[in-house]
Amino acid sequence: MTVNPRLYPLLATIGIFMLAYLVCWMQFPYMLSTRVVGNLLTDNAYLGIVAVGMTLVILSGGIDLSVGSVIAFSGVFIAVLLRDTGLHPLAAFAILLAVTTAFGAAMGGVIHLLAMPAFIVTLAGMFLARGAAYMLTIESVPIVHPFYETLKNAYWLMPGKGRLTLIAIVMLLAVVAGALIAHRTRFGASVFAIGGGEQTARLMGVRVGATTVGIYAFSGFMAGLSGIVFSIYTSSGYPLATVGTELTAIAAVVIGGTLLTGGAGYVLGTLFGVLTMGLIQTYIVFDGSLSSWWTKIVIGVLLLLFILLQRGLLRVSSLRA
Amino acid sequence: MLKTLMTSAAIMVCAAAATAQTVGFSQIGSESGWRAAETTLTRQQAEERGIDLKFSDAQQRQENQIAAIRSFVAQGVDAILLAPVVATGWDSVLEEAQEAEIPVVLLDRQVDAPDDLYLTAVGSDLVHEGEVAGQWLVEKVGDRECRIVELQGTTGSSPAIDRATGFRNAIEGHDNLEIVRSQTGDFTRTGGKEVMESFLQAESGNEICALYAHNDDMALGAIQAINEAGLNPGEDILIVSIDAVPDIFKAMAEGDANATVELTPNMAGPAFDALEAYWEDGTMPEKFIQTESTLYTQDDDPMAEYEARKDLGY
Repeated sequence: MTVNPRLYPLLATIGIFMLAYLVCWMQFPYMLSTRVVGNLLTDNAYLGIVAVGMTLVILSGGIDLSVGSVIAFSGVFIAVLLRDTGLHPLAAFAILLAVTTAFGAAMGGVIHLLAMPAFIVTLAGMFLARGAAYMLTIESVPIVHPFYETLKNAYWLMPGKGRLTLIAIVMLLAVVAGALIAHRTRFGASVFAIGGGEQTARLMGVRVGATTVGIYAFSGFMAGLSGIVFSIYTSSGYPLATVGTELTAIAAVVIGGTLLTGGAGYVLGTLFGVLTMGLIQTYIVFDGSLSSWWTKIVIGVLLLLFILLQRGLLRVSSLRA
Repeated sequence: MLKTLMTSAAIMVCAAAATAQTVGFSQIGSESGWRAAETTLTRQQAEERGIDLKFSDAQQRQENQIAAIRSFVAQGVDAILLAPVVATGWDSVLEEAQEAEIPVVLLDRQVDAPDDLYLTAVGSDLVHEGEVAGQWLVEKVGDRECRIVELQGTTGSSPAIDRATGFRNAIEGHDNLEIVRSQTGDFTRTGGKEVMESFLQAESGNEICALYAHNDDMALGAIQAINEAGLNPGEDILIVSIDAVPDIFKAMAEGDANATVELTPNMAGPAFDALEAYWEDGTMPEKFIQTESTLYTQDDDPMAEYEARKDLGY
């Protein structure tokens, strides 16, 4: 039986996650409980959602640095809207998603039309969104609404008292949706094609402009959704929230086995990337004596490992060809 | 014989393990010397009381704190200490802790949640700190005319607002005292120095009688500025500030500063006291345990205070 070499990074990701879980379980048997699994999914829901958007961006060879700020903006936007107007949260969600999707689409448009590096354009977007959040309020605004109470308390009590929360389910659905879009649609095929090389993609007849706008619009939508989830998670809007989350999301995508230069990867891998990072954090809290900065060190080591793995795979495949 | 010894030893070990309580501590981060000292003292207090402390540094991020608290609950710790990075957004995770019957004690900052969700909160009264500083100045100057300049903390932050209010409460009714200039130095040394320089230029130095700084760091920066302007800090200009970090004691020993009000980093001590009483027989503590705001002046042997504090990680 031969395995497609393209699958190696994904298998490596899943393998590392299993191995890490095994190590945790041997030291703290309680790690293998529905409670911890439920926590892992809930605590990383916002990160998982935003990482799905980031996966598509990175698959196309781009980068989106604005998402952390967009999450913070979303939380503040919803909190202020609910505080100052009589809107129903669902209406606020719809307005917000329209805003963030348009914001992403605008960034995609600038990237394509001005042929600017995504890094620069989304860096500007990062400052814009963070600044906009501060314009709305400089303090943390609590969200008090009966509908939010319902959302917050919506969970399925798994056997063993673990909670599968609504936001965790939203995250899993986002992963499924992202995977379908990336691997089963024409749009997804165009994303991979652009990631493989824009010139080739153009020659293949891919509509590069529309696809680029679509990719960043998708990332903006996911960042908005992630912001909604984060606002449910903390039931407040705080302009200083999720600073640096864009980098965590990028790390999750790379640990998830997606090639940072684009063109190869799986959305499912990103989910495991997110869970691996959450697992490291949980382990450190369980241990209780390690400095929490070890999370960053382990993530750094994992990132290096995956970059080396990808380099190695590229070399192997070019040798074969 | 050996066997009995071993069994009894095993029983004793088990008994010890059963009584040793595990407490999870979710700390904001290590953004300032004061917070580092709080962490050090919490560890010390836990060790002295034989409590197994699980420490988690949230690196200034609320999401890390929420995740840490959930993990503590999943582990089934006996209590949780929380120094919240922001006031809002704690309801659901505190409810989870409550359902698991794990008492939560808030350290140093308050949260925006119903107070039945936590056992108690330990903290200082920021307004009172400002009042203590103001009262000291009122007594020190007596009937003399006194033009005061004020270095405020970060605009809009609760310590800045409350410490300003407290000081004003204390000098109210004493018409010889007047705050002539007030600006933010952002709680930093460089901020304090720069703003003090502009104060000295604007007020032509010798007309300023006292400086009130919302924290010691700004006061230390201001001392530098006063020295550079050729004046004598501590004599020409009286200096009172808040926090009681080691360096201000050094300045007091050298006669450069006059008084400081302590914001004690030992929040864990009263928290553990309350928890131990609660574990013992379910005693419910008050909802707010106020730590003391002690005033230190040059007469309180500042060098000894400096020595006692310098290794706490400030």
